[in-house]
Amino acid sequence: MSRQLITDAKNTWCPGCGNFAIQHTLKDVLGEMEEQGRSLDDVVLVTGIGCHGKMADYLNINSFYAIHGRALPVATGIKIANPDLSVICCAGDGDAYAEGLGHMIFAAKRNIDITLIVHDNRVYGLTTGQYTPTSPLNFHGRSTPAGTVEKPFNPLELALVSGATFIARTYTRWLDHLRATLRDAIDHRGFSFVDVLQICATYYNMTKPYTARAYELEDHDPGDFDAACETMREWDYSSDAPIALGTFYRTDASTFDEKFGNGGQHEEERKEAIAALLDQRV
Amino acid sequence: MNDYSILIGGKAGEGINRAGSVIVRILSHLGYCQYMYYDYPSLIRGGHNFALVRASTHRIGTHRNAVEFLLALDQDTVDVHRWRCSDGTAVLFNANKVDAEGMGIPIDDIVEEEGGSSVMVNTCLIGAFGRAAGIPWATMEEVLTLEIPKKIETNLRIARRGYDAVEEQTPIPRQEAARHPILTGNEAIGLGLLDAGLDAYVAYPMTPSSGLLHFLAGVAGDFALKVIHPENEIAVMLMAQGAAYAGARTAVGTSGGGFCLMTEGLSMAGMTEVPVTIVMAQRGGPSTGTPTYTAQGDLHFILNAGQGEFPRFVISPGNIEQAYEWSARALNLSWKYQVPSILLEDKTLAEGAYSFDRDMTTPVGREAVARRDGGSPYRRYAATETGVSPLATVPLEGEVIKANSYHHDERGITTEDPALVAWLNEKRMRKEDAMLEEIDRLSPVTTAGDGSADTALLCWGSNIGVCAEVAGEAGLKVIQPIVLSPFPVQAFNTALENVTVLIAVEDNITGQLTRLVEGLGCCVDDAILRYDGRPFSLEELREQVREVVA
Repeated sequence: MSRQLITDAKNTWCPGCGNFAIQHTLKDVLGEMEEQGRSLDDVVLVTGIGCHGKMADYLNINSFYAIHGRALPVATGIKIANPDLSVICCAGDGDAYAEGLGHMIFAAKRNIDITLIVHDNRVYGLTTGQYTPTSPLNFHGRSTPAGTVEKPFNPLELALVSGATFIARTYTRWLDHLRATLRDAIDHRGFSFVDVLQICATYYNMTKPYTARAYELEDHDPGDFDAACETMREWDYSSDAPIALGTFYRTDASTFDEKFGNGGQHEEERKEAIAALLDQRV
Repeated sequence: MNDYSILIGGKAGEGINRAGSVIVRILSHLGYCQYMYYDYPSLIRGGHNFALVRASTHRIGTHRNAVEFLLALDQDTVDVHRWRCSDGTAVLFNANKVDAEGMGIPIDDIVEEEGGSSVMVNTCLIGAFGRAAGIPWATMEEVLTLEIPKKIETNLRIARRGYDAVEEQTPIPRQEAARHPILTGNEAIGLGLLDAGLDAYVAYPMTPSSGLLHFLAGVAGDFALKVIHPENEIAVMLMAQGAAYAGARTAVGTSGGGFCLMTEGLSMAGMTEVPVTIVMAQRGGPSTGTPTYTAQGDLHFILNAGQGEFPRFVISPGNIEQAYEWSARALNLSWKYQVPSILLEDKTLAEGAYSFDRDMTTPVGREAVARRDGGSPYRRYAATETGVSPLATVPLEGEVIKANSYHHDERGITTEDPALVAWLNEKRMRKEDAMLEEIDRLSPVTTAGDGSADTALLCWGSNIGVCAEVAGEAGLKVIQPIVLSPFPVQAFNTALENVTVLIAVEDNITGQLTRLVEGLGCCVDDAILRYDGRPFSLEELREQVREVVA
């Protein structure tokens, strides 16, 4: 029985917000998974705090609306407790790359089987327009009125050197690409990282430059680490270089959650183990 | 009463803690009740470490200053601890390194001649102790074989050389008493959590809580337990809640500095109502403080940590049986009421080794949690009379479970509606009434000493051991609240009946429990406070109580 995937919660994103595209694409991907036999009872969405986080209210699936920067450790706990669950993490760029950067690097290092979708609008929206780790150099935000003097991170490179086994970038205006990429990311076994370029209609509307500069990766071997690294460096999140979209890197590797079973022990067995341990200490 | 104290000291890296544990086990085999205090600075090699073992025919929970045996692997042991010795003290030392009066053994020479490694010096000294204490070699051999996993033959040869090198001085006779297992406070807490069905333990190393991480990691295979050591305590606290959301009974462990990082997540647990149990082992603060020394300076921090208002259990066990039993209860209570349960221990209990009397604990077990009523759609935060909503964890067939750190409605959808915000605040805080009723049924305040005395010592945590013994001698009463939040006012007032003079004993400088009970209208007449990182010895507290009571 397929379920209604959108809740009746009132949607409060700004008109034209890139989050709508991610929400409806994710809804479509989930619907497709359900049609193909995956029970959505076994899917959990974890979000941080920021405009992206409202996904937890708007999508009618299991969700943990966590705190700013901390979606990944919550997601990690869920996956370890029950490796049979599909765990999808939505995070903002301030969320994943500033407050929660350490968690992202460690999730990638562990190659835990979680999908991280970063709603990268390169600005703090909900706190009304400050720079983030992916804002370009000289970004004039409310906390940096004279322009930032620090260069942005390249999150794809960070994910690559940290050990992520699926790394892709897509764009909210490229709906088919977005959909295919999210599906591939969810299907990948291991830590999947997707940086979604998303415009902020109110504080950083990049529709024109993104649409003009975006191109699809072709003739690229995602199994080639060096080629992935080089391709990721073409655009540094600050320059006017062309912006490649697609899957930069993909490889198979053992996952952190593999070593954990579903746990559980019978009361009697546990009591016997405690008694045996105490006997050893006499 | 037979009562013996043995101090073994040496440099960090010489296996002093292990050596102390071996001595504890030997005396345990002779039928004694044990306590071991382990004192070490925050370093890996060098420095002076010592273990103070006390064996008694009575139940004990503290150390004495005076020793009957001083076992010295380094000069500091003799120089620093000379004041503990009397004429009758047997002083045994490594004659290759230490200049002292007493029984010198050329331990370095023996170890070299027997082809042993440098850490086996303590085996030789233990062997010598065995003879000085008149312990049959068969007992020594039995315990050493149990305690030393590697190169046992070499170790036994070295121990025997030590045994043969000295004379019997102060015999410790065998007692006809039950032998008890020996556990540290951390281990008892670990076993208590396992008893209540712990599924996962998440922690970042921090003294003095690391012993719990090591213990649980070591036994994980026997209990289908998942043990995770992540990047920091922020992740620890959040992972624990992710795991609990997916149904795993999860605990975390840390000390003050790590708990600071956990407060963000603690507050989230307050709002999401995801159960979590936190073991908080206190050490000297503020900041890095004295990492390997004891303190009780974090009570008010723990009671108030986290933004916003939400109920929590704060439970402070004081002896080894309480550590086991209340840890099991803490885990069950956090699931029953969907609130954080904090087990507040101190270094003295965490790393002290004690004889664990199984007959003094009641099995607790894994308490089943009231599940959802079956109504659909499932409402994670459904309104109830007690404020406790029926709990379900993912996956739940055909239903959606939403946990939310924002103010939310019954389904878990974010809201800022004033009526709903007020409703949720009331639902959350209403739980505290039911929590209080529950703990009132669990003897949340214990008493010791002379129950009819009008002068009472008020203490919490590990000080119950030394207070009980001092009070027993002096004819005083001891009152120890184990549950500190919600505070068991009724049980506390019952314990206070007929008490006219109340003297607080605490390991902090501001009198934290004193302030807590004074806030409830109780009058504390005097306070004996210690804040040098060291636990009270029997003699020290006895003297200070005498001064105050006089």
